[in-house]
Amino acid sequence: MIPEVSQLFPQDNILGWIIQIVWLAFFVVFMFYGQRIQMYVMLREVQSSLFRLKLIRDKGRKTAIATIKELGKPKEDPTPKVDQFLEYIAIAPQNMDPSGIVWKLEHILDVRDTRFKDEVKLMAPEADKTQVNNLENTLEAALALNIIYKVIRHFYLLGKKTLSLYIIMQIQMILPLIMKEAEAFASALKAFSSGQPIGDGAGALVAAKLMQGHKKRKIAKDVVVATVPLEGRTAYVLKAEGPGGNVGKPGEAMKNIIEENGGKIVTLIVIDAAQKLEGEKTGEVAEGVGVAIGGPGVEQYKVEETVLKYKIPVNAVIIKEDIGDAVSPMRKEIFGAADTAIERIKRLILERTKKGDSLIIAGIGNTIGIGQ
Amino acid sequence: MSETAPSMKKFSFFFLAIVFITLALSIAAFFQAYDAYMLGEIENVYFFVLIGVSGLALSTYMVFQTRRRALKLAFRPPRIATTILCQKCGFKNIRDFERGDFIFKETEECPKCKEKTKITSIFREVKEKKKRWG
Repeated sequence: MIPEVSQLFPQDNILGWIIQIVWLAFFVVFMFYGQRIQMYVMLREVQSSLFRLKLIRDKGRKTAIATIKELGKPKEDPTPKVDQFLEYIAIAPQNMDPSGIVWKLEHILDVRDTRFKDEVKLMAPEADKTQVNNLENTLEAALALNIIYKVIRHFYLLGKKTLSLYIIMQIQMILPLIMKEAEAFASALKAFSSGQPIGDGAGALVAAKLMQGHKKRKIAKDVVVATVPLEGRTAYVLKAEGPGGNVGKPGEAMKNIIEENGGKIVTLIVIDAAQKLEGEKTGEVAEGVGVAIGGPGVEQYKVEETVLKYKIPVNAVIIKEDIGDAVSPMRKEIFGAADTAIERIKRLILERTKKGDSLIIAGIGNTIGIGQ
Repeated sequence: MSETAPSMKKFSFFFLAIVFITLALSIAAFFQAYDAYMLGEIENVYFFVLIGVSGLALSTYMVFQTRRRALKLAFRPPRIATTILCQKCGFKNIRDFERGDFIFKETEECPKCKEKTKITSIFREVKEKKKRWG
């Protein structure tokens, strides 16, 4: 016979008594210390993520040091220099008076880039230009991982010190997104250190496919252009100079081409990888208008200024992918999407331009592992 | 780099204590169930067996959860394939990525027609699970 609920905790034996006390203690503890227990559970969750972040960060540092030793063959141990590099900071310009801030930001970014390249050359004297670019990207990924780790550690220790539920809760709530980003940088490290193409290079891949077999020339810092006859039109196809890890200055390049042609450019087609929403397929191609250039915004601003001056329409073709795919080795779906994007570009040209017109096709993104 | 991060223990003392107490209580419950059976108190047998099985299931679940979390710490690099294509005869060779490979790089001679071959693709394949809302 199955006992009634009231009989589930018999008081005529020792185990029954223990269970009664445990049950009562459970209620009392949760009534008075519920929030504190919740806080400790959250802290523990942050702690285990922090442990994983530390592993990823250390792996990144080791990969960077090993790659420098392998490619650069330095005479002395590069470890202290790498550690110094991982603590680098770039201070954004003051924005109290925003006029002219774009050029100030560009200057800071240029100085940072030159400084990084010089540091890498000092650390790896035997590395060639492509390898220097790849090593710089590897170190930047390791730097990003170090910053992520240190910020999370800061909030973890601050939360532990103050026992403030709100500090701990904030960090615990955004932790899944931060971990996703850190894991993306961890896979980026492998790609950068061995020079594998990454998802962000989808735009550069489209441009590289279009400029195959045509003469290339340098048009701006780290950007090459080829004049390609396409559907009876003249297309100036540009991309960052590969195969080293590089994004170049595509905005500067587009501005130069427009000015070389006296503003007689009928349209601009900008191809770039873009963040997909959850539920969307990786490698999906979409069209729109506007300057599809990511990053700090300097290059986008330059193009917007120039196209406004000459009233040139701008079309965008984007290849969708998530943050993880953007910085990890290129997925088959993204590689295949390059051909779909080329079909879209050809259709756009037929619909939006006439025979004999000149246009610009700009493949944006990191060209690591992609030649031209 | 300053190092003041917490060191992660594989199992915390608190966690192990909970698992052992639950396990001890469930074993005690099974003994009580046996005693109750011998005394012919069938209602108590049901109760103690229920407590014992629940405690055992809970402690096993807790141990498995920890194991799963430990496995999640492992990181496996993906396989990257390089496709080499002969522009003349169409001979195709797919191999693992090697340092120095890049898309549109001219590589070794074609084993069939002795022409220069080119790397036409470098990518990784990801097997995605079917998504309900995909």
